Amino acid sequence: MDYGFSTAAYVVAAVLFILSLGGLSGQESAKRAVWYGMSGMALAVIATLIGPGSGLWFLSLVLIAGGGAIGAYVAGKVQMTEMPQLVAAMHSLVGLAAVFVGYNAYIEAANVVAMSPDELHSLTGFAAIVAHKTPVELSILRVELFLGVFIGAVTFTGSIIAFGKLAGKVTSKATKLPGGHMLNAAAAGLSILLLLAFVNGAGSWALILMTLAAFFIGCHLIMGIGGADMPVVVSMLNSYSGWAAAAIGFSLGNDLLIVTGALVGSSGAILSYIMCQAMNRSFISVILGGFGNTSGPAQEIEGEQIAIEADGVAQALKVADSVIIVPGYGMAVAQAQQAVSELTRKLRAQGKEVRFAIHPVAGRLPGHMNVLLAEAKVPYDIVLEMDEINEDFPETDVVIVIGSNDIVNPAAQEDPNSPIAGMPVLEVWKAKQVFVSKRGQGTGYSGIENPLFYKENTRMFYGDAKASVDKLLGLIN
Amino acid sequence: MKIGAPKEIVAGEARVAMTPDSALQLQKLGYDCLIEAGAGAAAGFDDAAYEAAGVGVVKTAAALWQDADIVVKVRGPEPVEVKQLKKGQTLISFFWPAQNEALLEECKAKGANVIAMDMVPRISRAQKMDALSSMANIAGYRAVVEAASNFGRFFTGQVTAAGKVPPAKVLIVGAGVAGLAAIGTSTSLGAITYAFDVRPEVAEQIESMGAGFVFLDFEEQAQDGAATGGYAAPSSPEFREKQLEKFRELAPQMDIVITTALIPGRDAPKLWLRDMVEMMKPGSVVVDLAAEKSGNCDLTVMDERVVSDNGVIVIGYTDFPSRMATQASTLYANNIRHMMTDLTPEKDGTVDHNMEDDVIRGATVTYEGEITFPPPPPKVKAIAAQKPKPKEKELTPEERKAQEFAAFKQQTKNQVTLLTIGAVALLLVGLVAPASFMQHFIVFVLSCFIGFQVIWSVSHSLHTPLMAVTNAISSIIILGALLQIGSLSWLVILLGGLSVFMAGINIFGGFLVTRRMLAMFQKS
Repeated sequence: MDYGFSTAAYVVAAVLFILSLGGLSGQESAKRAVWYGMSGMALAVIATLIGPGSGLWFLSLVLIAGGGAIGAYVAGKVQMTEMPQLVAAMHSLVGLAAVFVGYNAYIEAANVVAMSPDELHSLTGFAAIVAHKTPVELSILRVELFLGVFIGAVTFTGSIIAFGKLAGKVTSKATKLPGGHMLNAAAAGLSILLLLAFVNGAGSWALILMTLAAFFIGCHLIMGIGGADMPVVVSMLNSYSGWAAAAIGFSLGNDLLIVTGALVGSSGAILSYIMCQAMNRSFISVILGGFGNTSGPAQEIEGEQIAIEADGVAQALKVADSVIIVPGYGMAVAQAQQAVSELTRKLRAQGKEVRFAIHPVAGRLPGHMNVLLAEAKVPYDIVLEMDEINEDFPETDVVIVIGSNDIVNPAAQEDPNSPIAGMPVLEVWKAKQVFVSKRGQGTGYSGIENPLFYKENTRMFYGDAKASVDKLLGLIN
Repeated sequence: MKIGAPKEIVAGEARVAMTPDSALQLQKLGYDCLIEAGAGAAAGFDDAAYEAAGVGVVKTAAALWQDADIVVKVRGPEPVEVKQLKKGQTLISFFWPAQNEALLEECKAKGANVIAMDMVPRISRAQKMDALSSMANIAGYRAVVEAASNFGRFFTGQVTAAGKVPPAKVLIVGAGVAGLAAIGTSTSLGAITYAFDVRPEVAEQIESMGAGFVFLDFEEQAQDGAATGGYAAPSSPEFREKQLEKFRELAPQMDIVITTALIPGRDAPKLWLRDMVEMMKPGSVVVDLAAEKSGNCDLTVMDERVVSDNGVIVIGYTDFPSRMATQASTLYANNIRHMMTDLTPEKDGTVDHNMEDDVIRGATVTYEGEITFPPPPPKVKAIAAQKPKPKEKELTPEERKAQEFAAFKQQTKNQVTLLTIGAVALLLVGLVAPASFMQHFIVFVLSCFIGFQVIWSVSHSLHTPLMAVTNAISSIIILGALLQIGSLSWLVILLGGLSVFMAGINIFGGFLVTRRMLAMFQKS
């Protein structure tokens, strides 16, 4: 088998990957799309194993099978509320793999350069490619693998920190070392200097030092970002893992790696962009952590938060015709999705219109709420995006806000001095009545007071989301 | 402590300040409740119902005044009642302190603490005890019902076998609480309803209740409701002229007119003049809710129903809430109960008359032998100051066209700039990089392009599966490791092996979890 075959297989695999991503435009076609992705991957791996990567193929197979067993086990066992952690953890693996592959490329390149012409001809696989390179190409190779290792290393530590934050093992508050972003800038500057040194022939010490610097950047950068900004961080890391693969693809001269890396990279970049839009913040401001400066004192909030008990909510639900539920991270934390689904089922059985309104940054992962609701068997056609449902709030009788805060904060529209001014929010306060299920009277992640809680048509339904909804369930029959 | 509600002694007053329901709630606060025998009879609550709720029924008013520490009433105290006030006793009722100075002096002399329900400040926190609003709400409803019973036709339009019935047209002047309640009632009866108010900011509320806002094109009308605690203020003569002109224009078409215009501390403005009544069709009805303050209509006679020469019925009753005594008592008793809740923060059955509290301070008119009226302005303003709303200009078609064209030009410019920059960058790279690199580079750029195009169409609800699947796909890095694992160097084999292993986890984990997630999405 020569390279013609594997190249053909790669083209097919690339097409399958594109179809697999494109299929995600609808719930039904997505179910087919994931099979495209799997076959693409299988094809690519098999073509490589019997083609240019046939060295030690048995060991490779064993390793893939071993890793696959672990992957399958984790995939079968993971709770849907833990998806953000899982995704972050998997990013870190891609990042580390990119670092290793980059190192290997360097070692191989160094070996090859040192070889005699006779030995060169007997080389297979990657080494053979390196052997045919001109000096200019070799220095480009060095840049490429340097970049690949750098991005991979940042992805690795960044994802580990993101994983820790999402899993609650690391504080979700934004924390920085003294010096803040200057440290990151210094590490980045150092990496650039090392790149120059490396291209001009510096040895492996430059590569290793840069890796350490990149590890530091990934770690420190993500530490400085708060928990609620995680949707952006995770999609950014997703993007990085793609770019790392693409950079490695360049250095290995493998087009499939480039294509796939670019697809993943742009996918993550677009997701980050959508998330930032949804928070009305620039990408830079999210990455550098913290909110922008406010231009004046926040509007004073008048009135009081009026509490209500479950029977009051049940009464209101009984007479309501249309209900919109706005879930947030609090629902995921309390694992209330099953109870919410049960509530939805009961209300729908009584002929009421029940829908869900999902803000793009609700939860800790893009689309997190949708997956949780799907897991609880809430039909996806009543789960609507912000833009689809925002106009319907004035005609809605009852809105139940479960564990979300900033995404329903009217200050974003009413108070030009608010730190979240201009952020698109769900206009729940326009509904006839709003019930907010919330643990206590505190402010949300951003620490911004929410005037919604003080509105005349808002009642506060204090307590753990799951316990509260369970109480409601008992009262609705 | 004991809370007692005597029978109202003003003739025709059917309301009562305590209901069996509110008594139950008051007992939860730790109070004992007393009621004078027969006090609730006119409102539909008999003594047995009170007894069942654990309320002590007292035979005479004198005994009740003697026994109770707190007396709750609807109407302000009559002279007979003032005589029975004790030192330190608390009286909660409507009082109108500004109009009843003599009464205020007498209560002070008696040493009683008087809380006037009509003085509860209009802030959000106090809405639950705002008895004026609850009574106005009833008055608004009842006004429409009275109008309907005096009006000889349907409110709603109908097409029947016997012929077509046009819908009644109703004009409501003044969109306060009573006005809004009247709008709601009238629209739900099916009438075509119009409403007018001098405060332009209530237009939205009027429209939300289903009535048409009668718009007055007048520059100076920007009254800020916030400055007057949410009530209307007197308007300028020019404005008034313009307003009357509008009413004259509407008068001939209207079947029912309900006026609710009141200005605090003044006689009601005359808005529906004799000539307007004369313009109306015979059988039309005017209900004047301001009759107590001399009326909005020229023809109004307080507490009476008069018929004008041209057959228009003008109703000047002032006892609308009392005409719905059961409902009015329920709401009023709830207002009182909320007031008691605020007065009893510890729920221990003793009054903590906290004069630091804005609401309690505002409503208290005599306290410990002092007159405490008028109260200092509340610390919290009733309504946030109006922000001037920038009006969006209606664009002419030309302007819109120009705007669209400008946007299009801007877009084109952006795209062209981006393309130029991209092309130049590519060319620069091409100048220095060798051909082999450029081949890969083209693949890279095109893939980014495809990626951008494809990802934009991904449904928002599938973003998590998207992340999981891209994660699995990015494990394509396994190819790199596979290519290298056949190396001669043990270090390369080790690192390559680790990479293959990790990528293996990712491939299987990523795809399987995606499949699991997607399988969950179900259509209803």
